[in-house]
Amino acid sequence: MKKNTMALVQIVEPNTPVDKSQPRLAVGIDLGTTNSLVASVRNDVPVPLADTQGRFALASAVRYLKDNTVSVGRDAKQCASCDPYNCILSVKRLIGRGLEDVQQLGEQLPYRFQDGDSQMPLIETVQGCKSPVEVSAEILKVLRQRAEQVLGGDLFGAVITVPAYFDDAQRQATKDAARLAGINVLRLLNEPTAAAVAYGLDKQAEGVIVVYDLGGGTFDVSILRLTRGVFEVLATGGDSALGGDDFDHAIANWIVQQAGVSSDLEPGEQRRLMRLACDVKEALSSAESTLVQYKAWQAELSRADFEQLITPLVARSLKACRRALRDSDVELEEIAAVVMVGGSTRVPYVREQVAHMFAREPLADIDPDKVVALGAALQADVLAGNQADSDNLLLLDVIPLSLGLETMGDLVEKIVPRNTTIPVTRTQDFTTARDGQTAIALHIVQGERELASASRSLARFELRGIPPMVAGAAKVRVSFQVDADGLLSVTATETRSGVEARVEIKPSYGLSEDAISRMLEESIENAEQDRKARGLREQQVNAQRLLETVRAALQSDGNLLNEQERALIDEQLEKLEQAQQGDEIGAIARQIQQLNAATHEFASRRMDATVKRAFAGRQLEEV
Amino acid sequence: MAVSLTEAAAKHVRRSLDKRGKGEGIRVGIRTTGCSGMAYVLEYVDEVSAEDEVFESHGLKVIVDANSLDFIDGTELDFVREGVNEGFKFNNPNVRGECGCGESFSV
Ligand SMILES: Nc1ncnc2c1ncn2[C@@H]1O[C@H](COP(=O)(O)OP(=O)(O)O)[C@@H](O)[C@H]1O
Ligand SMILES: [Mg+2]
Repeated sequence: MKKNTMALVQIVEPNTPVDKSQPRLAVGIDLGTTNSLVASVRNDVPVPLADTQGRFALASAVRYLKDNTVSVGRDAKQCASCDPYNCILSVKRLIGRGLEDVQQLGEQLPYRFQDGDSQMPLIETVQGCKSPVEVSAEILKVLRQRAEQVLGGDLFGAVITVPAYFDDAQRQATKDAARLAGINVLRLLNEPTAAAVAYGLDKQAEGVIVVYDLGGGTFDVSILRLTRGVFEVLATGGDSALGGDDFDHAIANWIVQQAGVSSDLEPGEQRRLMRLACDVKEALSSAESTLVQYKAWQAELSRADFEQLITPLVARSLKACRRALRDSDVELEEIAAVVMVGGSTRVPYVREQVAHMFAREPLADIDPDKVVALGAALQADVLAGNQADSDNLLLLDVIPLSLGLETMGDLVEKIVPRNTTIPVTRTQDFTTARDGQTAIALHIVQGERELASASRSLARFELRGIPPMVAGAAKVRVSFQVDADGLLSVTATETRSGVEARVEIKPSYGLSEDAISRMLEESIENAEQDRKARGLREQQVNAQRLLETVRAALQSDGNLLNEQERALIDEQLEKLEQAQQGDEIGAIARQIQQLNAATHEFASRRMDATVKRAFAGRQLEEV
Repeated sequence: MAVSLTEAAAKHVRRSLDKRGKGEGIRVGIRTTGCSGMAYVLEYVDEVSAEDEVFESHGLKVIVDANSLDFIDGTELDFVREGVNEGFKFNNPNVRGECGCGESFSV
């Protein structure tokens, strides 16, 4: 038979009309924190789609009006100062997050949150309570309508981009929003990967690609490796609270200071000031200096002064870049290209600093605001089956935080380290800690810390029915599988008996982006402390084990000792018990040695006795 | 006579059905189109009708209408990843030619 060229087929809903003479209308959507875009491949070229006024970017702002209408985009954004409670900005920060996460952000957000009984935070508006999923759906609906109008037909589907950091819950919520908007999600694609695809880097030579994405409120850096047409995400990093908004804040603070006005502004006024700051910033991307007027005050702000204001912010982004590079084990020399993404990379100082750090001119000739949507459009076209012979383009993802198991004494054994590409299967063998142990409790955790209690708990399950054996004899094989969608399942099998247990993990709300960065921060800050804590725990566990073994032995074979010998062991037991409750590693280690020494003779007598018993047993059996 | 699933295909079908939340199984069939005449159809099934044949594969129902069965009997569905495309591949012993567009086939 011919070379395998048959198109791959997808399962569709019954009675789906299929007319293959027309290409399927597929779009890429960049659902951004600040701005959203939709793009599509037309005549083999990805192009952004404009609204009727010729504008490409749709401000990610939604306003709920009294008359039950909803306005999305620039108008909604502009009304944010006059109607702050009903104008929802930056809803991407809220999507897929638990109430608790959002309340932590709440101080900076001028919304009224309703803490209903659902897990989702609800925003009070004149039209009732709205969830972030619903708000996002309003943005997507507008983009879908725009696309259908421009392309002249029903949309087959869309590739929607998400930050590389988005966890399962955030991705799921994004999909839900798309569904609410009547959009068939062909795939969620990481934003950096979309940008690399837009530059056609997938068709180029092999090498490492760095994607530097500084948007309105978030900074993401991704290190990708391209090998034989395969994209692999080596590492992701960033700062979930760093972006152009912070530049605006820096300017706003400067204004407040210079103008000598109170910094305690009501929400509407606050937004007016931020708008002004944002205009000043954008003006400085092309002008060397600009006039700033606020109320009765005015002054000139030069680009150099602005650069000074944002120096620490840009430095933070570079620090995150260095960390991601370290994580990926990539040397500067290996980098083939640096891609600039996000409106804030228009700031000349940002480009200079990035160029300086990576010692090369970054790619910036595709509009950094649109590059993600364009890449997504290319992917959408491939996924919709519109490209007769698509070049191989396999997009692999990584897990953002290590997955592991709690072992004795709150310690974490990492099974799948952070930044491992998925899909992946990793297996590790464990054993029982006590004689006759018939069940093992498995506690699956995620995070970089050494202690389970400091990590995020994903699931607990038990492997039961292990035949009684001496401690250490059972072999429990635990296998972690993370599929291409990032979903984890864990199986545990006792290999001698074949008993098996399994659990699939579906995080209900997942880790927030902040939680991820916070946990990463903490793991680095606490590395030393954790190492010590780990050492201590290990000794405590060893001590506990020894105490239990000796006590069990005394109970069964105490008759092998005379009173004096017994008293000596008891004394050492007591001492070790005390040391074990303290936090001095050295003291515990010493007492372990002491007790070991004190029970040496006892152990060999027990051994003899056991051997005799064993022989006796065998003889009986064989008779 | 049968139409079956590979393990990979079964896994994906099961997951898709779970995600969808309902459905008896999947329908495998053909329709006329493309430059070589026929193309495959793969749909969720909510209701099995009288003229359908139902096969079991890896515990899943594979439903084929009588008309299609002649053309796809013996077909094994696989789920593969080709580059960025993931999808079902039909290993159909009846196929004699495939068209250039990869969309249709003849038997
Ligand atoms: N010419 C410019 N100079 C400086 N910053 C700009 C410019 N144009 C847009 N921005 C900033 O880019 C940010 C939005 O970037 P974008 O990539 O659209 O964000 P997001 O991905 O977060 O939706 C805003 O902070 C905006 O002020
Ligand atoms: Mg963006």
